[in-house]
Amino acid sequence: MKHIVIIGNGISGVTVARHIRKLSDHKITIISAETDHFFSRTALMYVYMGHMKFEHTKPYENYFWKKNRIELKRAFVETVDHENKQLLLSGGEKFAYDKLVLAVGSTPNKFGWPGQDLDGVQGLYSKQDLDKLEANAPNNKACNRAVIVGGGLIGIEMVEMLLSRKIPVTFLVRENNFWNGVLPISESQMLNRHIKSHHVDLRLGFNLDSILADKNGRARAVTIKETGEEIPCNVVGLTAGVSPNVAFLKDSGIELGRGIKVNPMLETNIKDVYAIGDCAEQHEGINGRRPIEAVWYTGRMMGEALAQTLCDNPTPYNPGHWFNSAKFMDIEYQTYGWVFSNPKEGNTHFHWIHKDDDKCITIEMEESTRKFIGINNFGIRLRHELFDRWLTEGQSTDYVLEHLKDANFDPEFYSHYEKDILSAYNNKYGTAIQPKKKSWKRIFSKA
Amino acid sequence: MKALTYLGLAIFLTGLTIFTGSIFLGGFNLQEADLTTFLNDKGIENELLQTELKSALIDKEPMGIFDFSSSVRGALQKNNDHFDSLIAEYDAAKEWDKKGAQYQYRINEKDFRAMSFSLAKKAGVGFIVENRGLMWLLTFGLGILGALLFIIPQLKLLGPKGIKNDGVYHSAATNRGWIAWLVLIYLVAFYIVLYFMADYVVNWTFILDPISNALSGNDASQWFVYGFLYCVIMTVMAVRMYIKYRHNKYQIVRTTSVLFFQIVIAFLIPEIMTSLNMPAYDFKNAFPLDYDFFFDWNLESLINSGGIGLFILVWGIVLTLVIVPVMVYFFGKRWYCSWVCGCGGLAETLGDGFRQHSSKKMISWKLERWLIHSVLVFSLVMTLVTLYCYFTGESSFIGIPADWIKNTYSVLIGAWFAGVIGTGFYPIFGNRVWCRFGCPLAAYLGFVQRFKSRFRITTNGGQCISCGNCSTYCEQGIDVRAYAQKGENIVRSSCVGCGICSAVCPRGVLKLENGPLDGRINPTDVLLGNDVDLMTLVNKK
Repeated sequence: MKHIVIIGNGISGVTVARHIRKLSDHKITIISAETDHFFSRTALMYVYMGHMKFEHTKPYENYFWKKNRIELKRAFVETVDHENKQLLLSGGEKFAYDKLVLAVGSTPNKFGWPGQDLDGVQGLYSKQDLDKLEANAPNNKACNRAVIVGGGLIGIEMVEMLLSRKIPVTFLVRENNFWNGVLPISESQMLNRHIKSHHVDLRLGFNLDSILADKNGRARAVTIKETGEEIPCNVVGLTAGVSPNVAFLKDSGIELGRGIKVNPMLETNIKDVYAIGDCAEQHEGINGRRPIEAVWYTGRMMGEALAQTLCDNPTPYNPGHWFNSAKFMDIEYQTYGWVFSNPKEGNTHFHWIHKDDDKCITIEMEESTRKFIGINNFGIRLRHELFDRWLTEGQSTDYVLEHLKDANFDPEFYSHYEKDILSAYNNKYGTAIQPKKKSWKRIFSKA
Repeated sequence: MKALTYLGLAIFLTGLTIFTGSIFLGGFNLQEADLTTFLNDKGIENELLQTELKSALIDKEPMGIFDFSSSVRGALQKNNDHFDSLIAEYDAAKEWDKKGAQYQYRINEKDFRAMSFSLAKKAGVGFIVENRGLMWLLTFGLGILGALLFIIPQLKLLGPKGIKNDGVYHSAATNRGWIAWLVLIYLVAFYIVLYFMADYVVNWTFILDPISNALSGNDASQWFVYGFLYCVIMTVMAVRMYIKYRHNKYQIVRTTSVLFFQIVIAFLIPEIMTSLNMPAYDFKNAFPLDYDFFFDWNLESLINSGGIGLFILVWGIVLTLVIVPVMVYFFGKRWYCSWVCGCGGLAETLGDGFRQHSSKKMISWKLERWLIHSVLVFSLVMTLVTLYCYFTGESSFIGIPADWIKNTYSVLIGAWFAGVIGTGFYPIFGNRVWCRFGCPLAAYLGFVQRFKSRFRITTNGGQCISCGNCSTYCEQGIDVRAYAQKGENIVRSSCVGCGICSAVCPRGVLKLENGPLDGRINPTDVLLGNDVDLMTLVNKK
């Protein structure tokens, strides 16, 4: 029986712990400085918005950990002493391990903006950030304007959160269209319009220059680089992406790049030390993915794979087809396979948008064969299993659209758009495909 | 806009205050002729009782309802005391025949309130009785107007359509604050008075007499008031549902369905049947939720009502034994619990704002299974005893007296559990307390749904982010996330298929659907999206 110590109680750390317990009798300890128990980081926004209480973000009841013999330790790890196989905790305690899993997550990016450490300036990542926002922006009297810097997923979450308390928001986005580094332009533009329809002061193509302080050292305004304009505000949200949380490992001897360098077995350069989740950086991206993947799902998958390795079934991290999801205010987004903001060479995009301006899809496909590469769907839910299968089977876009009714995952009685989508497609490619009736047999047949 | 909602709230509270205050208004002054009619109708020839009632009620100044009620009950009690002492006397003297002869003159204590109600109904005088239409406008009218003024501006105030649960846990009404407790106290008091002291609310029945007369030709009873109020509340709160979920057609269709079944099937048709001299019957109310269907008085009434009575008898049996399970097989228990049922209908309209209070803890699930199945057994034993006694003429079976068990069930389950606790505790324990912990029909439907049904909530592969919205807003206290984050379909006997988990999910993970039984239950450890080999390795059983 080994003592496996996991630093970080997020989705990666907890998944690896759960799976180790399923497979073995190893002693497991999870160390976290953030909270006593695992919670869903992606749900923090709903606590501020009043949809849930913090308790509701905890996926397991408190008895779960004892029942599954997973020890929880609330402590801050100062550094890793791998030569003696121990951790140094703040307060001077030393904590021994046999195998160490680093699942330490990310920290919000700061790019050296003047004033970035003032009171009232914050990111949104941790439970502490949530508490800070509650203190900084309890209502629109204490906070009469907020400026959010950085047009990504956390940025728009923070915008939505502040709007829920009727706080006016200015949203500074570096790109000319929201999240255009990831999304095709037409989708970004639809989201621009959606964001504006929520009365957000959306500033596209602008960068933060500096944050100005009042006499108490609190943020009172920001200035914009391009125009020099000064926007008075009480709260500044810095949401320009996240980076692996690796500062504490600087002198540990564990190889670092932007993150903790790992091989496909999720091993670091040091024996018995592993890294998973946001903080792990592959030497080379796997299956065309980026070396660092700061996504809920990939953290979980790394945890699932590493648990096997730690329990004597060496298993590389080998994720399947890419998928992801998000919600932009009232518009849900899912993606299966790869859709790039500009089609990769030899590929093309088919785009369809509904006249209500809140639903659209983009399909990336090979130009010559129309082989299906991936889909972005907004405002329409689609079945993960079918797209995963179709990608494995290498189906053509013609086939995918013909069977699109099978893949629809919207609630019953919702309007269907397969016909619309297909008629646009037939128009564009001179095909005459008719949507096939939904078939349970096809949906549940195994690939 | 905001001002309009405050105005609406003020108007609503005025209507509610007048409605509640009307209990204390008006006088009750019984005429001798009316007393005579009452005594004749009841076949009461007992002279002592006649004298007691007369001296308590006739030729008095008009009284308030509380004085009137206690006068009636006092007279009845004096009558009983007299005969009780005679009984004791004859008992001591061992004069058994004489002792036995006294019992017929006693009035059953259970009937005190009903007699007081009947007399008060004849005795009402003053403003309310003389201005029923005006009183309707000042109570129901203001209530409806105010509530709608409060609700309709939400169309604008909620912002663009979509899930708007902002501030649910910041509001004293929806986060178990002082408003929630006040509502609880009001509702509990309302049910206790309605079930156990109905004579106090006789004024409410005056207000609705014109409507009741138009529908059935009879004056309104307290049950007519309850039924009418139920329909009004559901309709008004359905408007709120239509606005809140205007992006979600499943919710809109479902709300329309419960509204239709409540107003037409549960309320109007029984009233019309009464006007046609038929036994009133709610055609959707299935045994064992309709726990008195097999009570002797109901069977007799049905058997004596000719063709329609027999039809109802057969329908009631077929509904429970055939229609209910077959429909659950095809659609899940949602077809009943959240599309048809009256209790469900109130929960889904009035109760929607409290759905987040159902406990998701494992211990609550355990309690749920013990309680709901016990009630099912209780209702079946009660029915068995009742039917045995009905057919054999015995008064008890396996040592259980039929009257005792019927009465115990009616009070404990029918009144306290389903009414006082089931609805009264909405603001604290959530809107489905009865449906989750108590309803014997739900328990029966649950068996079918769990073991033989095409219904499930499909989890969309690996898309769950464990946020917890689904679990938080599940009114039945199902920890939906526990399944979704494992990529496992939700197949639970208690799920009523309200569809809110799917609605609040920010990532499109949940879908209520009916499909083949194969693969309906699909436990997984490694979710879709990871290494195919690993998934097969770990998920193989």
